[in-house]
Amino acid sequence: MTATPAPPTPGATTIGPDELPAHATGLLAGGYRVALVAGHDDRPAGGGLRAVYLFTRAASAAEPQRRVELHVPLDPEHPRLPSLAAVSFPTGRFERELHDLFGIIPADHPLPRRLVRHFHWPKGWYPMLSDAGAPPEFGDVDGPYPFRAVEGPGVYEIPVGPVHAGMIGPGHFRFSVVGETILNLKARLWFVHRGIEKLFQGSPLDRCVELAERISGDTSVGHTLAFCAAVEDALGITVGDDVLRNRAVLLELERLYNHVADIGMLCNDVAHGILNSHAGTVREQLLRINDEITGSRLLRGVIRPGATSLRVLPDPTALAALADEVAEIVDLALGHSVVRDRFTGTAVLTAAQASDIGVLGYIARASGLTVDARYDHPWLPAPLPRPVPHTTGGDVLARFTVRAAEFRHSVDTIAALVTGGKSAAAGEAEVPAAAGPRSGVGIVEGWRGTIVHRVELGADGRPTRVKIVDPSFFNWPALPVALADTIVPDFPLVNKSFNLSYAGNDL
Amino acid sequence: MTDSTTLGLVGGLLQAVVIVAGAPLLVGLMRQVRARMEGRVGAGIRQPWRDLRKQFRKEPITPRGTSEVFRAAPVAMVAITLVVAAIAPFVTAASPLPGVADLFVVVALLATGTVAIALAGIDTGTAFGGMGASRETTILALVEPTALVAIFALSVRAGSTNLSAIVDSTLAEPSAVLSPAALLAAAALVLVIVAETGRLPVDNPATHLELTMVHEAMVLEYAGPDLALIELGSAMRSAVYLGLLANLFVPWGIATEAGVLALLVGVVAFVVKVGVLGAALAAAEVFLAKVRLFRVPELLAGSFLLALLAVTASYVLA
Repeated sequence: MTATPAPPTPGATTIGPDELPAHATGLLAGGYRVALVAGHDDRPAGGGLRAVYLFTRAASAAEPQRRVELHVPLDPEHPRLPSLAAVSFPTGRFERELHDLFGIIPADHPLPRRLVRHFHWPKGWYPMLSDAGAPPEFGDVDGPYPFRAVEGPGVYEIPVGPVHAGMIGPGHFRFSVVGETILNLKARLWFVHRGIEKLFQGSPLDRCVELAERISGDTSVGHTLAFCAAVEDALGITVGDDVLRNRAVLLELERLYNHVADIGMLCNDVAHGILNSHAGTVREQLLRINDEITGSRLLRGVIRPGATSLRVLPDPTALAALADEVAEIVDLALGHSVVRDRFTGTAVLTAAQASDIGVLGYIARASGLTVDARYDHPWLPAPLPRPVPHTTGGDVLARFTVRAAEFRHSVDTIAALVTGGKSAAAGEAEVPAAAGPRSGVGIVEGWRGTIVHRVELGADGRPTRVKIVDPSFFNWPALPVALADTIVPDFPLVNKSFNLSYAGNDL
Repeated sequence: MTDSTTLGLVGGLLQAVVIVAGAPLLVGLMRQVRARMEGRVGAGIRQPWRDLRKQFRKEPITPRGTSEVFRAAPVAMVAITLVVAAIAPFVTAASPLPGVADLFVVVALLATGTVAIALAGIDTGTAFGGMGASRETTILALVEPTALVAIFALSVRAGSTNLSAIVDSTLAEPSAVLSPAALLAAAALVLVIVAETGRLPVDNPATHLELTMVHEAMVLEYAGPDLALIELGSAMRSAVYLGLLANLFVPWGIATEAGVLALLVGVVAFVVKVGVLGAALAAAEVFLAKVRLFRVPELLAGSFLLALLAVTASYVLA
């Protein structure tokens, strides 16, 4: 073992690889979930490799939220970890990511296949290691990479993508089909690894904020907020109530324009285009409101560590009018017997499946889970009351109505936040110069679900490591599960009802 | 040369020209109606012609591994549709080939065009081509009997399966249009046309989602002039089907005697009738959504029932 620097987080526990399963099992049994697993290459600082496990537990009426970090130093010559895949499915995926990016081997992993690793990356090249160097040219394919063959009379395969007919991210879908019924779907993603986590390393904070805004284009606020919260946590910055309020408003505005776009697109995918046109006009009005408030239609450029000032506060009556319009669109959609028929019972994700996979966001809530970081990990001075879920069917209809309900709820939340003649400008907290290595965590409910960033800052105040977890990383495996026994022509509709991010998943 | 033969030849040529030139405009009109009703500006009714001009100027290119079937299908489809456009009663009730302007021949010709494209879809060897062809033939198998039975119900009155004879008999006895048999047959034929031309609620002509496509999935591999032929052929099929529907039930205006004025009236009446039907179909689509693929057979079984009732009614109530 090489010498390891002390973990920079107070309260984090440093353990050996052998102690990990016992610790993790205890935490999972105690109601914690694995929020993030990050690899670290501490060799430039004189250490070895390190794996960081972040466990979080939701706040309840009895207890506040809790976070537990486990740091596992690893021998850089033979980095091995005991796999936790048997006790936690998402951890198994994080371990495969660790293997592909850092070369850390999860021992006894039940599915030790590549995850992030592109087919054409040279063998033995691990991009997140400090000595990985510049991205190499694509070489020969790295070994066989077969799809699971489904055999039987009449079974055939439909390969789709990674280049699609529409304007969507790259993903290859392999359907094994009998007639029109899907027996098995394998989604192969990670075609455009951007190395965005590495771009953060050593960059000044204002540049990092710009990067965070571009992790996933439609989740600028969510990711920027998670990043800034992590930096503030690391540096011990206390931000003012008015900054927190402005941030909560921005988070809901982002939810509004994305949810209404999805509501329209779901109608469009069953060829009821007129409702999509109407939803498009509502979305455009919301983007103009965004522009008025922040100077950016996508709400960029206002959230910074310690500060979030708006030009004006949104007008609750204008938003309420839009909420009425959305309610009308939803009523028209659900009143249309064919649209309702296409939505109802299509691609059911049960609560048990959702909870096993660790699904987050509106998909989890449509399946009856209550996971929502706004209430599980509250950061507003006066926490908002958790809304009562009323759709739990787990089908496309539930994912549609959950969005509709959340649209109205977000409008009400904004109204509650901005009433009382408050001013849009907010006081700035000073960003202190860092003194020694620090680390911090930011947890935010973006419109797709819970976003977690973990930041380690070096002595110069610049990040030495940023780990980003988009909810899509947790949610992608749920799509094939929900699609079992669905018919092929329903796939685009189901895919849209999940609306997972390619960019947030493929960092 | 008799008067009827002259009319048949001139009229046949005229209606083929009108259908080739007008079919893309019909598609443009339908898209424009839909766009305006959905609150969009729309690309204008000449956009399909602009697209065709662009496609025809491109170099021909075919995927590796495809055979002559793939290359011949677009030409075959357009040629077959052109024959129907020339012989069926659209502008004139007389036909250049009176013996061929028969109910069974016309329906079989149109089905052959569909089969040609389905074979080309299979010939590409791609999953989408096969999938589209499988869906299209399923729909075709359900639609053809309906089309035959529905038009047969109309032929009972005329005592002949010749389309010109049916049109003549309707012209001679206008009240027959409102008979139960004719109305039931019309309803069945509308569903046939919706399914055959790939409109809602059976197929979505505007989709970019390859997994939901029926007609578009078969022709995904086409590009350039071949694609232009396919699109022209599809547009002509729409015009032919709507023209048949119009003239079997509302034949007025159709040229029955040779003469410039009669033919002019025939052309104008045909264009107006098809345009109105197309606009009505597009307007109705705004209120529709695409049914689940497995519900399509239920819809088509319903249309077959209507056609069967039409035949029964034409015997029982006649």
